[in-house]
Amino acid sequence: MRTIFYLIRKEFLQIFRNKFISKAVFAIPILQMLILVPAITFELKNVKLAIIDKDMTPESRGLINKLDGSTFFKIAFSTFSEDEANNLLLRNKCNMILEINPGFGKDIGNGKQGKLLATIDAVNASSAELTWAYFNGVIRDYNTDLIKENIITNPVVPFPRIEITNRYWYNELLNYKYYMLPGILVILVTAIGFLLAGLNMVREKEIGTIEQINVTPVRKYHFIIAKMAPFLLIGLTDLALGLVIGKIAFNIPFEGSILLMFLGSTIFLIAVLGVALFISTFSGTQQQYMFVAFFCMIIFILMSGIFTPYESMPIWAQDFNLINPVAYLMRINRMVMLKGSTIYDISRELCSLIIIAISFTTLAVRRYRKTA
Amino acid sequence: MIKAIESSGIAKSFGPTKALDDITFSVNESEIFGFIGPDGAGKTTLFRIITTLLLPDKGNMKVLGMDATSDYKELRKNIGYMPGRFSLYQDLSVEENLNFYATVFGTTVKENYDLISDIYSHIEPFRKRLAGKLSGGMKQKLALSCALIHKPRLLVLDEPTTGVDAVSRSEFWDMLSKLHQHNITIIVSTPYMDEAIRCDRVALIQNGKILSVDTPQNIRAGFSRKLFTVKSVEKYKLIKTLRKNPEVLTAYPFGDSIHVTLINDASDNFLLGYLVSEGISDAVIQEAKAGIEDRFLELMEKGIKA
Repeated sequence: MRTIFYLIRKEFLQIFRNKFISKAVFAIPILQMLILVPAITFELKNVKLAIIDKDMTPESRGLINKLDGSTFFKIAFSTFSEDEANNLLLRNKCNMILEINPGFGKDIGNGKQGKLLATIDAVNASSAELTWAYFNGVIRDYNTDLIKENIITNPVVPFPRIEITNRYWYNELLNYKYYMLPGILVILVTAIGFLLAGLNMVREKEIGTIEQINVTPVRKYHFIIAKMAPFLLIGLTDLALGLVIGKIAFNIPFEGSILLMFLGSTIFLIAVLGVALFISTFSGTQQQYMFVAFFCMIIFILMSGIFTPYESMPIWAQDFNLINPVAYLMRINRMVMLKGSTIYDISRELCSLIIIAISFTTLAVRRYRKTA
Repeated sequence: MIKAIESSGIAKSFGPTKALDDITFSVNESEIFGFIGPDGAGKTTLFRIITTLLLPDKGNMKVLGMDATSDYKELRKNIGYMPGRFSLYQDLSVEENLNFYATVFGTTVKENYDLISDIYSHIEPFRKRLAGKLSGGMKQKLALSCALIHKPRLLVLDEPTTGVDAVSRSEFWDMLSKLHQHNITIIVSTPYMDEAIRCDRVALIQNGKILSVDTPQNIRAGFSRKLFTVKSVEKYKLIKTLRKNPEVLTAYPFGDSIHVTLINDASDNFLLGYLVSEGISDAVIQEAKAGIEDRFLELMEKGIKA
């Protein structure tokens, strides 16, 4: 036990003697939170419209006003030339073209169907679908208005309708920041766990200090634990720092237990440190380690469900996520912070993390050789 | 009497390269045992096997009566190892390094201070300085202090004097001689022949094979031929001319002179006559006593021919 204590003390001494790392370890979470949380958003605003109004009737102008009045659409261009509109779409000057054919107003006046042609830039498929959905919403409103007017002029016809009242639970205002912040916290902790400890280990190999340690009676697990502990503490400190920033800068709601979140992150950090130290036993240089670790980290993060819902991934990807510690913490953080989930709700995630943590740490200890 | 090291038939290959081949030798307790050989001879590989860092492919290595492969845990407590490359923590201070290695071995600096005081007192004024900022000679003293801090029974020094100035080298050997009093067995490797004389016994090692093990005096005495030193102003022409003659067995440059052996141990008169006939009139020839280096070169020559 005493040996572990001395080894850990040595690690801390080295970390805090390194002027750059000791500052960066605390500056990075602040920057990351302040930049990423407000920047990464899937909310769609200001879809730029190019309008080709070949009808020029009160009805067509009414529709255009309706679109312009919604928060999603902005009339960027009005033209009569289809070529010009297509060109605008091609040059990314607008995201959507709406063409109103002559006779639109007349048809509506005669009680016939009015016809529109919408062309949407679908390079980004999900934003195209969202645009389409918003557009449909506006048209539906416009339709209802028309029907209302008709009922007033022709009150004999009864008009059945279904009304839906919806409520968005856990994030009532659909504030995207609330969704992203727990995820960004995961990335933060992942980066600390993945990069620092592994690099530290490989550095000892590179400069040869590990040779001197290997001839001492220091046990393998002593050494691995001493490499993990400082970065576990730094990771948790950064998490606390991130949460404070979330509260002050973004007023993020915190429904669940903070302790539970720290418990999850502790187990997660042990798991990630285990993976990192396991990789470090294969690498002879910091360059080799960086390359492999970066690759693993990107895969873990992008597959974790931070941007895209976990459930909509292909089955094999969901199976992969069984060994992806980042995916578990992503769910734990969001459930605890936004839903106020209890330890029973996240027990499956916690247990899986514990299994990953034990397996990789054991692998790292076994793979680390004091004798070649 | 128990031997500090008993090596029998040790072999180690890295891929197709045979680093060590059938290494057999033994080191007595509390002697200074030197391994002398050029770079790439296999000295570091052998030391890594002795210090339990490397497993041999074949053979049996007994260190302090323990097997280097199976009793490595117990053995590590009793070995002090100073690798060829400075491998203490450069971002820790002198004092922190020493304390760290003391605690890792479960002891304190105070407890064994008498052992290192001679060496450590040189660097103690700089104890707050980072190890990376020390000069070469001071780094070496710190490394030796750290290797000794747990009072090891065997001290393994891999090329401790490489890259160190001549004065520090001599100082370093004085320190090793003093350690003798503490009953510590020391094995040391070096590429410098002149340091061999400071060992109790030396092993000449080349291409993974031990050529000879003996006291420095006996190794020198083992030189089998008459040795001449030849001097001339035109050294390059001299060595070329000497090597041309079929009677000349070897001609190696040694500082400002050339060491020559002759096939039939002919007299120096023959040599002088030959040189004059070749146009080198200022040559001075003397019969000399062979040094370790001469013996080593002779053994190498035999090894290549064999």
